[in-house]
Amino acid sequence: MLNNVKQSVLIALWFVFLTFPLLVVKVNTLKNIVEWRWLNMLWVAIGAFVLSIIWRWAMAQRQLKNKKAEIGEEELVKPGIGQRLLEDPKIFKPTLAVIALATLVFPLVVDIYQTNIMVLALIFVVLGLGLNVTVGLAGLLDLGYVAFFAVGAYTYGVLNSFFGFGFWISLPIGGLMGALFGIALGFPILRLRGDYLAIVTLGFGSIAKIVIENWEEVFNGAKGIANIPRPGFFGAEMTITAATTYTYYLMILMVIFAIFITNRLKDSRIGRAWMALREDEIACVAMGVDMAKTKLGAYAFGAFWAGLAGVIFASRNTYINPNSFTFMESALVLSIVVMGGMGSIVGVIIAALVLILMPEYLRAFAEYRMLMFGAVMVLMMIFRPEGLIANVRRKYTGRKVTTEGANV
Amino acid sequence: MEYFLELSSSGLVRGSIYALIALGYTMVYGIIQLINFAHGEIYMIGAFVALIVSGVLTIYGFSGVSILILAALIAAIYAAAYGYTLEKIAYRPLRNAPRLSPLISAIGMSLFLQNYVLLAQTPDFLPFPALIPDFDFMEPIAHIMGSPELVILVTSAVSMVALTVLIKYTRIGKAMRATQQDMTMARLVGVNVDNVISMTFIIGSVLAAIGGVLVGSYIGQINFYIGFMAGVKAFTAAVLGGIGNIPGAVLGALVLGLTEAYAAGYISSAYEDVFAFGVLVLILILRPSGLLGKAVKLKV
Repeated sequence: MLNNVKQSVLIALWFVFLTFPLLVVKVNTLKNIVEWRWLNMLWVAIGAFVLSIIWRWAMAQRQLKNKKAEIGEEELVKPGIGQRLLEDPKIFKPTLAVIALATLVFPLVVDIYQTNIMVLALIFVVLGLGLNVTVGLAGLLDLGYVAFFAVGAYTYGVLNSFFGFGFWISLPIGGLMGALFGIALGFPILRLRGDYLAIVTLGFGSIAKIVIENWEEVFNGAKGIANIPRPGFFGAEMTITAATTYTYYLMILMVIFAIFITNRLKDSRIGRAWMALREDEIACVAMGVDMAKTKLGAYAFGAFWAGLAGVIFASRNTYINPNSFTFMESALVLSIVVMGGMGSIVGVIIAALVLILMPEYLRAFAEYRMLMFGAVMVLMMIFRPEGLIANVRRKYTGRKVTTEGANV
Repeated sequence: MEYFLELSSSGLVRGSIYALIALGYTMVYGIIQLINFAHGEIYMIGAFVALIVSGVLTIYGFSGVSILILAALIAAIYAAAYGYTLEKIAYRPLRNAPRLSPLISAIGMSLFLQNYVLLAQTPDFLPFPALIPDFDFMEPIAHIMGSPELVILVTSAVSMVALTVLIKYTRIGKAMRATQQDMTMARLVGVNVDNVISMTFIIGSVLAAIGGVLVGSYIGQINFYIGFMAGVKAFTAAVLGGIGNIPGAVLGALVLGLTEAYAAGYISSAYEDVFAFGVLVLILILRPSGLLGKAVKLKV
């Protein structure tokens, strides 16, 4: 214990040294004055000391857990609360009913501003579910996911401003365009391994933004496309409030649709092929899985959802410009997937809601949002790599044969 | 012709900056197969520390070359400290984790460091003092290559030679090469692998910080976001040359720098990044292991 404290004091001193020029000194080169912010130094010292103690304790716990797992005393993946919620029908059904009721009445009890934020959060749920397929199931790290989101949004924007296409025609076209781009971008990078894939997708993401920004004739450049109509309902005139509420219910339907599809897909032939590919590419190919088709499928499928979400995003904002499609959005969606637990659908939904809603409601927190994201991503990987709600693999068990034979 | 030379000189300058950063990527990748996404941030922190130090020193009445040397020195020390700490916190606990984990941890660290500088200092661009003096003997060709360009080229070349010597002829260099070949075996023959990895991060960070100081002084302004794009470009350069391969990183960086300069000069400066990534994709399709990389056979 004393040793721990001593070490932590040293670490605190080290961090005081590290953060000294950036946190304490602030130079104003125009007025030629130096601002010394000594108070920050104190905060860093205290913060680093406390965090270091927690860190050392957590590391010790982690080691203990690993050791136990090695000996086999403890099962590595215990079914957590989340898993029990999902599997025990006694808890699961009422919970589902409560959630369903809450989502249904939500726009009726809150004002338009809240509904609008919720729509955004739901858009990110769909994005998260989509990327979850590419990253979580198939294990293909995609750092340019926002490009497909942009493809969807701009498909609607361009189709609408040039040809007057409505929301409902653009929605499937947006999704298909996303999938098409997914395949087109997936082709050249099929042979690349994980890390190369990451950098190339990152490149594609920034290329998409550059092209949108500079192609004035089609995308209207940095000015963006304005006056995009909200989703229509058989041509009925709607007030903004009604339209927002309507978009909200649409989004709910879409989320349910996305959950249904991804959930079914997970247990399908291609879903299992994705997971196999993630675990061991060589073994998977040796077992006769067509690598090219499977990987492209994962890309196309993930991109499809991004395209759909993009169309809805454009119609929600009624205005799009390239700044909505930066690497930060890709990182945000990725952290949703990582925090939720890769491959876990419930986890992704919770993470998306938390990450989008929290900065909206905690304004003070918004400034520190990206800082926290970064820290959470690191800590998550170290202490809870399986995410908030671990994706427990389905076990395929045969029916138990009882000796009596009668009651099966 | 003159325009071509001008573009070539600016391409070479860019390329050598990319090379300084790319070396850090490639060395780390060679040893622990990790894309150190936060490496660009180390470069940015190097530039910031240099800016702050030179600001303080100017106010306290230092002048000229002494500022440049002190700023670069302190920036290098801090970058090394940050690189070392980064590895200890974000990567060492994940040494045996699945490969996606350290990568995501690295992206997290990159976000964290960017926003740390943003919150600690400022989101705006800061003017960076021109630390590199103008030499008289460069006057006749100043329109093609000025003194800052010359200093950048010479400094990068010297750093790279120093790195080569370090890796080829010193004890720690030998240990690094051994670890790169086979970590388990290196450990068995008594190499302290953890120290070697820390050392790799430190060396890479120092090189990145040198790059940061040079770029800041050359371009004249920095902000918290410069590291991200520079990091991506430098990593592209490292992949281009064959990742894990030190001469490859330098070659890839020069190719990338020249491509960008010509694309910006002859076609459109708005699309230079598109060309940079286009070259990357093209090379990865044609030669998946990069220009100088050896094709790795996957073993089961």
